[in-house]
Amino acid sequence: MLKKIIQQIKATMGVYESRADGVYGLLAEYSNPGTLIDAARKVHGAGYRHFDTHTPFPIHGMDRAMGLGQSKVGYITLIGGLCGLGLATWLQWWTSAVDYPLNISGKPFFAIEPSIPIMFELTVLLSALFAVGGMFLLNGLPRPYNPLFYSRAFTRASDDAFFLHIAASDTNFDLEETESMLREAGAKAVEVIHDHGYSELHKA
Amino acid sequence: MASSTDKTVTLPAGADPPLVTGNLGFHDITQLVSYHTEKRPPSAWYMAIAVSSTLLCILLIMIAYLVWNGIGVWGNNNPVGWGWPIVNFVFWVGIGHAGTLISAILFLFRQKWRTAINRSAEAMTLFAVICALLFPTIHVGRIWVIYWTLPIPNQMEMWPQFKSPLLWDVFAVSVYFIVSLIFWYVGLVPDLATLRDRARNALRRRVTGFFALGWTGANRHWRNYEKTYLLLAALATPLVLSVHSVVSFDFAISIIPGWHTTIFPPYFVAGAIFSGFAMVMTLLILARKIYGIQNIITMDHLEKMAIIILLTGTIVGFAYITEFFIAWYSQVEYEQYAFLNRATGPYAWAYWTMMSCNLLFPQFFWIKRLRRSIPFLFITSIVVNIGMWFERFVITVISLHRDFLPSSWDYFNPTIVDVLTLAGSFGLFLTLFLIFLRYLPMVAIAEVKMVLPESDPHFYHKDESEEH
Repeated sequence: MLKKIIQQIKATMGVYESRADGVYGLLAEYSNPGTLIDAARKVHGAGYRHFDTHTPFPIHGMDRAMGLGQSKVGYITLIGGLCGLGLATWLQWWTSAVDYPLNISGKPFFAIEPSIPIMFELTVLLSALFAVGGMFLLNGLPRPYNPLFYSRAFTRASDDAFFLHIAASDTNFDLEETESMLREAGAKAVEVIHDHGYSELHKA
Repeated sequence: MASSTDKTVTLPAGADPPLVTGNLGFHDITQLVSYHTEKRPPSAWYMAIAVSSTLLCILLIMIAYLVWNGIGVWGNNNPVGWGWPIVNFVFWVGIGHAGTLISAILFLFRQKWRTAINRSAEAMTLFAVICALLFPTIHVGRIWVIYWTLPIPNQMEMWPQFKSPLLWDVFAVSVYFIVSLIFWYVGLVPDLATLRDRARNALRRRVTGFFALGWTGANRHWRNYEKTYLLLAALATPLVLSVHSVVSFDFAISIIPGWHTTIFPPYFVAGAIFSGFAMVMTLLILARKIYGIQNIITMDHLEKMAIIILLTGTIVGFAYITEFFIAWYSQVEYEQYAFLNRATGPYAWAYWTMMSCNLLFPQFFWIKRLRRSIPFLFITSIVVNIGMWFERFVITVISLHRDFLPSSWDYFNPTIVDVLTLAGSFGLFLTLFLIFLRYLPMVAIAEVKMVLPESDPHFYHKDESEEH
């Protein structure tokens, strides 16, 4: 049960389990963002959930095509901001009014007005740290090992190529059927990615 | 011009001109930008880094000399306790602001042209803030107890004074540095992945791979990434405005005539953006030429920057005149004297240098031909930075040298150590910038690809969209 939940959480980060025979998934290349978004829509429509597109830049409308909702980074950032605000308020109040009260020209030991700059700065600081930390956490990064890196063609995912990857962990996954579906959607080439350090290119 | 998308861009009549010229495809952009980090650097780079690292060595020697002897080696004297170090601090921190403005504020305003210049402008921000942080640090004299400015429990059981604007400054500038750094790094991650995937030798692949964190351009990742980028931009925007406001509080919250004015925060922020854009322009005019990326950083980009310089320069000039008006209107004789003394006193030369560089010179940008003339832009960008350095000199030194008590009036003269430390700070800045140009993509590759029309799926669904 717990293992299942962990697998599900990892899948949202794009980290999938490979099959017992070592097959990690199918990697299909599409020629441009237009065909890729159509393919993603089709794959999602066919009931696949453990799949992702890999592109050199974010593609407008892809979240909808893949059936993904809003990113949760915003909530994490809000928590960070509240922590920063709380920390700054507590720090200034405790150090100057409790731990070591110092009378400076009769001013109150603690007041909101002179505390605002630090409150603001720490709110921004912790929000930013939480936003970036949360983004990496939700994305499962850093991830030094990824079976997709075995594909030679995949190095172009950060240059000018557009890939769709369906993981073998998906309940609908079937080596032949999934491959033919990817080809029907217009794939230029399809590769089987193995978790043992190699990939086979299936020429059309 | 090999590209996976071999469609040529045909623009409908009346559309905005393309942001990237020369009909570049995705691969061309990757190649054009990454190539400069992979090839052997041109000899101009070696010459430049030889000069800048010499200046950096001078800076280090000057700091060592200063720490050994104490701040008496500077020209700071009794009324002018804040001499060049604080002038330089405000100058450098101001330079930094343009980078955040370009990366955050223009992002929120959906100014797509920023993608060509945001990476280098952000790098410039970081390096300028490093220079800025240096000056107050060495100005405290006893540099080995600089940690007293941070709320760290210590054997004296004392805490920093949170009611002091100087402490706010420590927080504001440090937070600014950290947030700018992570903003810059987040933007770099996809491009580091590009460098990793192009790497031919194992060491390069390992180093870029380490910093790329295993980025694969997955859409699940882009989704969180873009949201984070938007949030960071939204956080950096008020932050950048707050930083120079807090810097101006260092002055405005004191009682010195000429400092104690409420106009300072907006006036400082406008000045910061003004000087920062000038510095971005100086650096980019050189870099785009040397690196041959005129198709990515186009003449239109430079012209837009010239317009921002014109706008902010005029705001700054307006603030100078407003200060005079308020001094007269307030009927406070000390305030009135402070401003008359600026314009006609012993430092009138500095005041009029500031006025002509900042208020008059940018007005030439009303003329379109001059906005699109590279030599003129280059000269103006340097003139503006000279002017903005003098602005900080005028504010800091002229206000201090004659305060309420005539018996303590004095004239401030910088020493050779002051001059060499300022020159050395340019060495630090330029060395870091040159190292950045050498090893990291100076243009945000992924973001520039996004502004190409081919990046939009609708580009390929033309027939469909026309039906709707």
